[in-house]
Formats: sequence, C-alpha cells, structure tokens
Amino acid sequence: MTTYRITIGLEVHVQLKTKSKMFCACSTDFGSEPNTHICPVCMGYPGSLPVMNREAIRLTVISGLMLGCRINPHSKFDRKNYFYPDMPKNYQITQCDKPLCLGGGVDIEVGGQTKRLGITRIHQEEDVAKNMHYATWSGIDFNRAGVPLMEIVSEPDMESADEAVAYLQTLRHILVYAGVSECNMEEGNMRCDVNISLRPEGQTTLGTKVEIKNMNSFKGIYNALQYEIERQREVLAGGGKITQETRRWDVDKGQTFSMRTKEDAHDYRYFPEPDLMPIALPETLVAEWAATLPLLPAQRREKFVREFGLPEYDAQVLAAEKAVGDFFETAARLSRNPKAVSNWVMTDVLRTLTEKEIPISAFAIKPEALAELVDMTDAKVINSNTARDVFAIMLKEGGQAKEIVAARGLAQVSDAGAIEAVVDQIIAENPKSVEDFKNGKVAAMKFLVGQVMRLSKGKANPQMAGALLEKKLSN
Amino acid sequence: MLNTFTIHEVLDRLNRGECRSEDVVRSVLDAIQRTDGRIHGYLAINEADALEQARAADTARSNGAKGRLLGVPIAVKDVLNVKGQPCTCGSKILKGYISPYDATAIARLRDEGAVFVGRTNMDEFAMGSTTENSAYGITRNPWNLDCVPGGSSGGSAAVVAADECVAALGSDTGGSVRQPASFCGCVGLKPTYGRISRYGLTAYASSLDQIGPITKDVRDAALLLQIMAGVDAADSTTLPSTVPDYQSALTKDLKGVTVGLPKEYFVGGLDPEVERCVQEAIEVCRQLGAKVVEVSLPNTRVAVDTYYIIAPAEASANLSRFDGVRYGYRAAGAADPLDLYKKSRAEGFGPEVKRRIILGTYVLSSGYYDAFYLRAQKVRTLIRRDFEAAFKQCTVILSPVASTPAYRIGQNSADPLQMYLGDIFTVPVNLAGICGLSVPCGMASGKLPVGLQVMGPALGEEAILRTGYAFEQATQWRSYRSGIAKENAGSQVRL
Amino acid sequence: MTDDKTQSAKKMDVRYVANLARLNLTDGEVAEFQAQLDHIVEHFNQLRSMNVDDVEPMAHATPIQNVFRDDVVRPGLERDVILNNAPQQASGLIMVPTIVE
Repeated sequence: MTTYRITIGLEVHVQLKTKSKMFCACSTDFGSEPNTHICPVCMGYPGSLPVMNREAIRLTVISGLMLGCRINPHSKFDRKNYFYPDMPKNYQITQCDKPLCLGGGVDIEVGGQTKRLGITRIHQEEDVAKNMHYATWSGIDFNRAGVPLMEIVSEPDMESADEAVAYLQTLRHILVYAGVSECNMEEGNMRCDVNISLRPEGQTTLGTKVEIKNMNSFKGIYNALQYEIERQREVLAGGGKITQETRRWDVDKGQTFSMRTKEDAHDYRYFPEPDLMPIALPETLVAEWAATLPLLPAQRREKFVREFGLPEYDAQVLAAEKAVGDFFETAARLSRNPKAVSNWVMTDVLRTLTEKEIPISAFAIKPEALAELVDMTDAKVINSNTARDVFAIMLKEGGQAKEIVAARGLAQVSDAGAIEAVVDQIIAENPKSVEDFKNGKVAAMKFLVGQVMRLSKGKANPQMAGALLEKKLSN
Repeated sequence: MLNTFTIHEVLDRLNRGECRSEDVVRSVLDAIQRTDGRIHGYLAINEADALEQARAADTARSNGAKGRLLGVPIAVKDVLNVKGQPCTCGSKILKGYISPYDATAIARLRDEGAVFVGRTNMDEFAMGSTTENSAYGITRNPWNLDCVPGGSSGGSAAVVAADECVAALGSDTGGSVRQPASFCGCVGLKPTYGRISRYGLTAYASSLDQIGPITKDVRDAALLLQIMAGVDAADSTTLPSTVPDYQSALTKDLKGVTVGLPKEYFVGGLDPEVERCVQEAIEVCRQLGAKVVEVSLPNTRVAVDTYYIIAPAEASANLSRFDGVRYGYRAAGAADPLDLYKKSRAEGFGPEVKRRIILGTYVLSSGYYDAFYLRAQKVRTLIRRDFEAAFKQCTVILSPVASTPAYRIGQNSADPLQMYLGDIFTVPVNLAGICGLSVPCGMASGKLPVGLQVMGPALGEEAILRTGYAFEQATQWRSYRSGIAKENAGSQVRL
Repeated sequence: MTDDKTQSAKKMDVRYVANLARLNLTDGEVAEFQAQLDHIVEHFNQLRSMNVDDVEPMAHATPIQNVFRDDVVRPGLERDVILNNAPQQASGLIMVPTIVE
C-alpha cells in the first residue's frame, strides 16, 4: 500500500488589538449595533481616503520580531481588486510584494523533539464587512470593515493535523503573550485557512494543493485536516486525481465540500496603492519597538529559573501568562526571598484571581506591597499566620503591610521576657497538659504553644514560645 | 450686476458696506435664471439654501467676522462632496446620493465664509475634454453656444465665463481645469500634486487628481489656492510644506524671470490662431522683462499614451465602489450580487466611463501589467525628469493649453483616440506632478478664447501666478466678456 | 506578473475584461469598444520600444514616506445617514440579494 507524505501550509488572519480601524478613526469595538462604527472611509464613500494606523503597524512589527522575522526596511500597500458585497471599495488595501515582515518561524514539540515550522511572511491588511444571510436577502454590517488584520503565511512545513494544531497553539500563545490580539477563533479575531496536498512517498514534487476554509476552532481545523487527508488518500489510492480547488469544512456533516465558484480563478490586478505613501521604518524606531518586546514564554521560564533560582514547576506557572510573570518579577526583584514571593503568587494570588474572576491588573495588592509582606515575614517581624491575616486585610481594605502591622499591633513578639511571662502563665493555667507532656505526649506541646499564641493574640514568636516551653518543662 | 465682479471686487464692496452678500447671491441667481437655460452649466441650485447662507454671512459680517471669503458665492463642480448636497459626478450611478461630509477644501472655504451656490456640470467622473460625456446633458460655451466649454470642468468654466457666479471650483487630472478655462476665457489653476487635499474629491486617478480654482482673474485664483492649500491629516498624499503668501508674489513685471519654450510643443499642428495668440503672449512676456529660452521635453510624444494607461488603470479601481450596494443607483431585478453589479454598472455608467474602466482593467490584468502599467509608470519618471532638467534653465515654461480653440459640439465624439490626443499639452503637468496655470491670451478670429499655459516646477505656484498676473495686467484679455456675460452685466459694459 | 502576453499580438478580449470589471455589455457595445480600444492600445505600442530598463516606476508624485495617524477613535457618521443613502436597508443592515457562498 502506498504511503503518502502530507504537506500542510496555514494562512492565519489575526485581528489586531487597536482602538481604531486600519485606515480610519472608527472604533474597532466588537458586538455593537450594526453599522454604528462607520465613516466615509470604511464605507467606501466617494472621495474618501485611507490613512495608516501607526499602532497597527507597530503590532505587526512586534509580532514579526517575536516570531523571528526580518522587518522589511521598505514596505508598501497595494490594491487587491475583486468584487464582493462585504468589500466597501471592491478592492482591499493589502500588501503584495513588500510585506512588513519576512521569514521567521515557531518551534513545536513533536514526539519529544523540537521541530521548527517556518513562516514565509507577515503582512498588514484591512478586514471586510460582515454578511448576515437571510432567505432571499443578505444584510451587511460594516462595523468590521477596515479593522486591522495581520496575515501570517506559513511555509508548507507541517506534515500532520497534529503539527498544524501545534503550530496554531504556539502562534496563538506568542501573540496573546505580546498583547497583539485576543486570538480567539470563536470570536473571529483569529481565522485560519489551510492548504494541503498529498504525494506518494518518494516523490519530490508536491501534489495538487487543496484550500480549505470555514473552520471556526482548532478542533475544527484538526478534524477538517484529518477528513481531507483521508479523502485525498482514498482518491489517490483509487488512481484518481485531486482537483485544485477551494473546499469548505461543514462542521455538522464532518466533511469538506467543494465550493461552487461562479467564476475563474481571480485576477486581482494588484497595483501599488496611490493613496498611501511607502513605509521605510527607521532602524531606531524598530529598535524602540523591539525594546518593548516581552520575552517569549519559554525564554521567560528559563530566566526565572536562572535568575531567581526557582524550580521548573514554579517558572512554568509564573511564565504562562505575561501579566502574572510581570507581577512576579516586579515583586521578586524588590524582595529578598523570590521563592517565597513565588509561593504567594502561585497559591493565594492566583486563587484570588480565579475566585473573583479578575485579571491580575485588577488585583488589589501591588507587587511592591507583596514584596514588603514577604520580607517582613522573612525578617520574622510577623509570623506566617499573621502574614496570612495581613494579606487578607490588604486584599479587602488595601493598605501597606508595614502600616497595617503597626496600626493593629500585629508585630510578632520576639522579646524573650514578654514571651516568658506568657509561657509562665500558660504553664500555671494548664497543669494537665504539662503533666501529659512530661509523660511523653508530644501533642500536649502543640496544645501549649497554641495556648501561648492564643493568649498573646497570635503575636508571640511561635518558635521562641516552643523553645521556652521545652526548656521550662524539661526540668 | 454684482455677479459680474471678481472675488476681490465683491469683497471690497462687501467690506465697505456698499452691498450685502444677499445682494450678490441674488444677482448671481438672477443671472442663472436668465442664462442657464441656454448654457446648462449648473446641475443643481438650491436657491433657498444659498440665500440663507448669504444672510448668515451678512449677520456674521455685521458681528465683526473676518472670513477671507465671507459672503462670496462659489460654484462647485459636481465631483466635490459638500455636506447635505448631491454629488452626481455627472453620472446616473450617483443619482440620489447626498454627501454626508464636506471635502477638506470645501470645509476650508466654508470656514472663510464662502457661500456654495450650486453644483456645476462635468464629464462623467471627470472623464472627458468637452463635458459632452455628462449623463445630465451638455453644457454650451458662452462665447459660442454651438461650441463645447471644454472638460471635464466645463460647467464651472462656463458659469464663470457667463458671470453666472463669481468664481468656481473644478478638478484637474489631465487638464480638466486648464483646458475648459482656456476654451472659456477664464483663469484656471492646477496646483502641484499634493498641494490641495483630495479628501472629498471623488477620485478619478488618485496619483494625478487635484482640485483647482476657475476664476475671472489671477488674483482670485491665488486667493482660493491660499485658502485651500496645505497639509491635511485626512489625505496622506498632501505635502507638509508651508503655504507661502501667494498674493505677495504677484508683480506687474517679469524681471528676473526666464521663460522656457519647449521645442516639442511648437512643431506644427497648432491652429494658426492659437499659434498667433501664444506667440504674441510670449512677446508680451519679453516686454515685461522676461528672458526667453528654448528648452526640451523629449518624452512629450509619449505623454498621452502614458496618461491613458495610468489614469484609466487607477480609475478602474476607484470606480469599483460604484456597485449599487451602499449608495446611488441600483438596478432592478438582480438575482444575486454578481448580477446586481453588472446590471447597475451597465445601466449607471456612460460609454466613455465604460471604455476607460475596460481599458484600465486591461492594462492591470495578468500578463499585461508589466507591458503597460508598469512600463507607463517608468516612462512617467522620464517625463518628470524632463521637467526637472528644463526647470534648471528657466523659471516657468510657456505653451498653448490646447492646439485649437473650443471644438464644435459633436465634433470629436466618434473617435476617442482623437479626443485623447487633444490633451497633449496638459497631461504632462499631471504626470510630472507639477503646477500649471491657464490664463486668457487672445481671441481666435475674434470669436473664441485662447489660453496660455504657464507651467511651474513642483511647489512653483508663486512663479506661475506671478507670470500669469503680470501678463494679465499688461493685456486686456480679462476684460473680454462673451455676449452672454455682457447681457448679464446689464446695460453697463465692464472695463 | 512577469509574463508578457503582448508578445503575441493578441487583441483585447473585451468581454472577458468587462466581466472582470463587473460590467454587462451589449453585443453592440462589445463591437464598438473592441474597435476603439484596439486602436488605442495599438497607439500604446510607442511605449514598447522605449528602453526603461534602469528606470524606477513613479508610484508617487511626492517623495514623502511614513505618513501615519495615532490610534485614536473619532466619531464617524450616524447610522441614519448611511441607511438613507442605501438603496435597500432593513434592521440597520444594508441589504443585497442573497449571496450564495
């Protein structure tokens, strides 16, 4: 039986997180009433002209840098001409021969090995309007028309549905990490078209390429690819030929279907956009933008292990989300005990975020304040129980650890004389427990220490209390 | 007879309190009433609105407002978006469309108090040289009603020449302000590309279009340019260069000015009357102190081809938005969007527009892009270099605007190529992105105006306005009025 | 974009090009335009013989670059304005005959 080699390439469209559209100042807000974020430019009215959104360019360049691309020193926009109801001008402003970014790639883990998947290019373009289909009419909402899109074209380096999904997950992680986009396929801010061909093992020329559209989730992409691989395998094994075409994934039927095209392959008649001037980003500006780049998640994990001496597990948890990593890093740098900071973040902080369903940016305790709390505990100014109490107070009422401890007199008492007084009183008041301890019951010591803590309202230094009790009762 | 004055003459009287803006506008509206039935320069007038604007200007003036055009009525070519007004572009496909915004140039004039009195006729989507391509009927030349006023801003030129307004706006892509100005005996200016914002100007050819004033004298053109010029955040192609004081460039002599005459433009084929008028004009410039030298623009012979590849190509994309979906004309009975486009565009566009869309689509299409569009853009560089080299030897270049005076109506309709070749003197200016002025310089056989073209380097408006002004002040051509304009002056004849 | 079909003096396929431009043409128009456009395109041959090998295309008349705007939201048009200009609209959407995907 012939084995077939699979070749997969992906074209990913990502909506960028800008406030305004690519070529006009309309809001990019999602979910508003139809046709409420529109103007002459994004409606393609006569006399309207596009003006480039600098932030969109920056986000595309940053994405390119994070994905290892070269930033094209000379870049420009072109007109791609075709007619469709979701096209306000019946040409799309996009980039043809001089995209913003070239080359690059991502690393994925496949069977314990690292595999590099190449990226061909990343370019900027504008999104189209949204069509809603009714029985005999279609309605068009132009809110989405003109939203900035970044198109990432991969090299045809993937050889399985698993690799394709791994590529997408890695891409998504990096782009979300960089704050470039939400990359949520279900919400439509990340879309993916797939190109796939099969060829018999040993053949060097690639097989006929089929394009697949209309997948709305990573799972959909996986399933569509698996189906298409099987379909093509069957056709080829049966001696048939694959037609070069575009197919759409039908999630309900679990199959791809040929899309009816009323026309020949498009002649897009690309030409340079005369209304927009060329882009020649100065190296200093690209360097300025590069300086704002976060480390890739993997690099950050490594850094946490190296610089703060954290175990791998801690580093992984902390580096998973950029904002959490930022919080940890700020606190850790201010504290003498980064591991303790890590413990706090991994447990109490993250748990609170989950319970309250808030992002770390909305967390009531700032990294500086956490660092202070950690150091006070480290310096034994307060004990760990008190620290928990102070944490809860900071969360509920705000304030700094030092002030709270001072105001409420929560400082651990480590004055031997003061503790001794309490210890003596407890010994006097609990003859039974003293007897039990002297008879070998270890639990009795715990009880007595607890009583010292209770009487001192939790402020006694528990280690000192325990040591004193031991000393007094060992006679 | 307030309608017969220039902008500065009207402003003088308004500022001295000798008349009100309402009087000026009424005078213009009366002239339109008397005349436009024969000329058909206007496509739309809103009398009530114009008078309301005029009254508002009068009130503002009495409250101390100081707008540089306060209360002055301006006619607008129907290609410019003016909020709340129609903007047909001379086409059926934009019937019913109401502009929801002001073009930047309009907004700047509005800020200075201009009164927008009406929309003028034009070749459909600015494609044409006679205004015969309008879907709303032809415009006639006030000097001879059997002749065309030129195009594509024929309506604007005709109404200025007939004193049916004080001044007008046109647009120029291949000569569409300069040529009708020449045919109608007015002043017409095409600024340097990027000098005036194109935001709100319905696009024909994006890399060639410019808005331009059509006026009764050079001083008025300088004023309108002054107000409209300057960088605009809404148009990425506008120049960031500061706008100089154009009025102060106007002098009555041409000392220190070197005038270049391109040898390729004077090789014969010119109507003898046009040749005579232009040569006499050159002589006047000499008298005024200008030095005259010969220059060469070697790529002149391919300018028309270059233009008629690039302009239709850009236009084919710019006109794709006219599809019956979001505004304008929509054909009935379409089964699906594809059908909708093909029917609406077939029914909504006239033949010249269709021709140019097809030509433009062709030169961009796969297999032809390199041979035509790309090649034309390269030749364009050569044409621009020609001018850069020539302007090293002279301050301004003089030439005819057209090789003949105004054509008879219907004369060129059969042969589009013939029509295109008539643009030989004007298209190079747009291709090179430089500035050009048309100023009246004589009468052919005493009956039809002839214009002199003054070309200047990029951002050389001061030089061409100076040359035009000095020439105008030394001659009597600006006082020549057509028969219709004389009617509109009442019994008094202006001198 | 680099293959040059014009080497084989093929005439313009007016119907094909008109279709790209979404224009219905009558047979009469096809014939008329064919003749006129062939004539015009032939005239363009002047350009073919020119040597432009080392010449940059003039994409823009002005030498400026990097013209950007800040990422700031500004009010656009009211929906009513858009809908009033639309040939057909309902429920805030612009309507067209149904699109078959």
